[in-house]
Amino acid sequence: MTANAFFQLALYLGVLILLAMPLSRWLTRVMAGDIPRVLRPVQWLEHGLYRLAGVEPKQEQHWLAYALGLLLFNVLGFLALYALQRAQGVLPLNPEAFGAVSSDSALNTAISFVTNTNWQGYGGESTMSYLTQMLGLAVQNFVSAATGLAVAVALIRGFARKSVRTIGNFWVDLTRGTLYILLPLSLLLALALVSQGVIQNFKPYQSARLLEAQSYSQPKLDAAGQAMKDAQGHAVLESVSTQTQTLPMGPVASQEAIKLLGTNGGGFFNANSAHPYENPTPLSNFLQMLAIFLIPAALVLSFGQQVGDRRQGWTILAAMTLLFVLAYGVLVAAEQAGNPRWATLGLDQLVNLEGKEARFGIVASSLFATITTAASCGAVNAMHASFTPLGGMIPTLLMQLGEVVFGGVGAGLYGMLVFALLAVFIAGLMVGRTPEYLGKKIESFEMKMTALVILVTPLLVLLGTALAVSLASGRAGIFNPGAHGFSEVLYALSSAANNNGSAFAGLSANTPFYNFLLGAAMWLGRFAVIVPVLAMAGALAAKPRLPVNAGTLPTHGPLFVGLLVGAVLLVGLLNYIPALALGPIVEHLQLWQVAH
Amino acid sequence: MSQSLSQQFRPALVLLLGLTIITGVVYPALTTGLAQAIWPWQANGSLLQRDGQVTGSALIGQAFSGPRYFWSRPSATATLAYNGLASGGSNLGPTNPALQQQVSERVAALRAAHPGQSAPVPLDLVTTSASGLDPHISPAAAAYQLERVAAARHLPVETVARLVKQHTRSAQWGILGEPVVNVLALNLALDELPQ
Repeated sequence: MTANAFFQLALYLGVLILLAMPLSRWLTRVMAGDIPRVLRPVQWLEHGLYRLAGVEPKQEQHWLAYALGLLLFNVLGFLALYALQRAQGVLPLNPEAFGAVSSDSALNTAISFVTNTNWQGYGGESTMSYLTQMLGLAVQNFVSAATGLAVAVALIRGFARKSVRTIGNFWVDLTRGTLYILLPLSLLLALALVSQGVIQNFKPYQSARLLEAQSYSQPKLDAAGQAMKDAQGHAVLESVSTQTQTLPMGPVASQEAIKLLGTNGGGFFNANSAHPYENPTPLSNFLQMLAIFLIPAALVLSFGQQVGDRRQGWTILAAMTLLFVLAYGVLVAAEQAGNPRWATLGLDQLVNLEGKEARFGIVASSLFATITTAASCGAVNAMHASFTPLGGMIPTLLMQLGEVVFGGVGAGLYGMLVFALLAVFIAGLMVGRTPEYLGKKIESFEMKMTALVILVTPLLVLLGTALAVSLASGRAGIFNPGAHGFSEVLYALSSAANNNGSAFAGLSANTPFYNFLLGAAMWLGRFAVIVPVLAMAGALAAKPRLPVNAGTLPTHGPLFVGLLVGAVLLVGLLNYIPALALGPIVEHLQLWQVAH
Repeated sequence: MSQSLSQQFRPALVLLLGLTIITGVVYPALTTGLAQAIWPWQANGSLLQRDGQVTGSALIGQAFSGPRYFWSRPSATATLAYNGLASGGSNLGPTNPALQQQVSERVAALRAAHPGQSAPVPLDLVTTSASGLDPHISPAAAAYQLERVAAARHLPVETVARLVKQHTRSAQWGILGEPVVNVLALNLALDELPQ
């Protein structure tokens, strides 16, 4: 690791904490219904929505009603987004006249955005109309993040309350999270991004006259518009020349802001945050990286405030930061070590620049990749498929750890709290006491739910990967030969089941097989986790809070940080080392063996 | 206490519609209005004009192959390099023989096009970017091409070197990102020079 790699990390973490502290207090107030003065003028909107919806904001819900409402809202959101994609051809705000998205791709994308995954099987600039982008995709960017936030807050209430049957009101949590947290932050970030060059307009795509005519070859088409084939069945190519470049346009900045703040990650364009119109400068890149971790970090601190013991929040944050720094160290070192096969070519440096932008370089690309996969964002500013084997293994592993290293908005915290329960359970077994966390006895029901949450995603990832590499339709999508091809599939399933959404993009995943397989993984990876978490929240809320005594294991401080990191790594590594050995680890050995 | 599904249908539908209008219509419209009022050039794509005609964007690279221009990085976009409708990278893995072959071929082609150049080949000129639209090259990549461009234009090397220096942007605020040269802006400025 170079000095600059350390410096950029320290700068990033320093600014992040400085911003997360005030936001955590904001979060705590808003989710308790105490709206800060600047936003009180917006309250008529909140109350108007409740009146129209027939919601009584003071009436709280049992966990079952909370979960039922959440599921219903997400199913309706899925149906609306599917319908919008299928109908975009006849709807307005479609200057490039894109037709309906194919049914399997629309299904996959609808699930993908509703579950906060934002896996992109499509290329935005050649598929989605402006209307679909803003009225469909961007809306789910907001409400899927608000859904995650609601679940986390419900779980926090489970710990903070004693002997009650309710965990809050889903409709209220959803609305407040959207109106008072996600929207104001998005507006500020969108404008900051525009100042750097991110576009925001509704114009048709622009034509630019190139300085130099460009010749290229393309498949020759017959009179019917079909690609012509020669006697051997190869496509006939014709040489053509152009002096025009088409520049895509659209309302990008507004969508970009929530893409990062909501840890969504679905880009307006195919190249995502590597595209200069999405992420034009190193400063826009720095703001984007901050935006990804901002709400997850603030929520962890807010958790400490809400349960009445700030140390609990800082302890969780320390565990997350430790895992994050370790991951970044390995990733940046691997990318800076580069590709040994290029050593004899006479190049000026040997770092791995393939699939990276010149303005970001190795360090900002490596930092972004660590952040986007530690959080379940999935935006990319470099192509993970072209990372070195170990550099690509870190994003894979961060997703496989369950997206608990900061994680998605809400999802990161509730995922990590489940691991905290596992840690106190293991510690309780070692000393022979009933485990407690924040004064709540952790009993059989909580441990069953914990086990369920922790085991759902590895099952989806490992079984899904096994299925895909066993079937011809799964293997057909693989792009790179050898171990790297296996890594592509493992990455795709890890990304989908853990609701990240980034890809080793060589994989041709826009096929019916992958659209259905990954769609199922995304849906179950989201809601088969949320429901047990809410059940646990309900069970915890009903328990009394026991006073701390001499025998209570303190769940703050370095010892618990160690226990928590240990629990996360134990589960993650036991589940995934064999699969990783077949992909990135064997590829790493092959790459460096040839060099010596 | 548990509410039935039918009772939850109205809030689900109304809030989905209401939040769709707020986040899907009002928010992007408000952002567009503010962006167009405060930063219209940036919001409309940072377009560069020459003779009253759009000749590209300051943010989107173009392909150059003639001796009179500085060359951009290789691009992996579909059909043609720097295709604005198909952003993306090569996605070639580090052990893929195709990547090794492409990089070797680009090194050989660069050396052949710069016979007098003994400096090591700049890495960014033989690797594709993530977007395929990278508008920048490294200062080393510009320096590598300096003599070729100056010779093709019958200009003193110092004149071209000065122009490159003017178009070199150091790390933003001194600490963020890498120093880069904007290829399109540099080539436009070259065309402006008296021959």
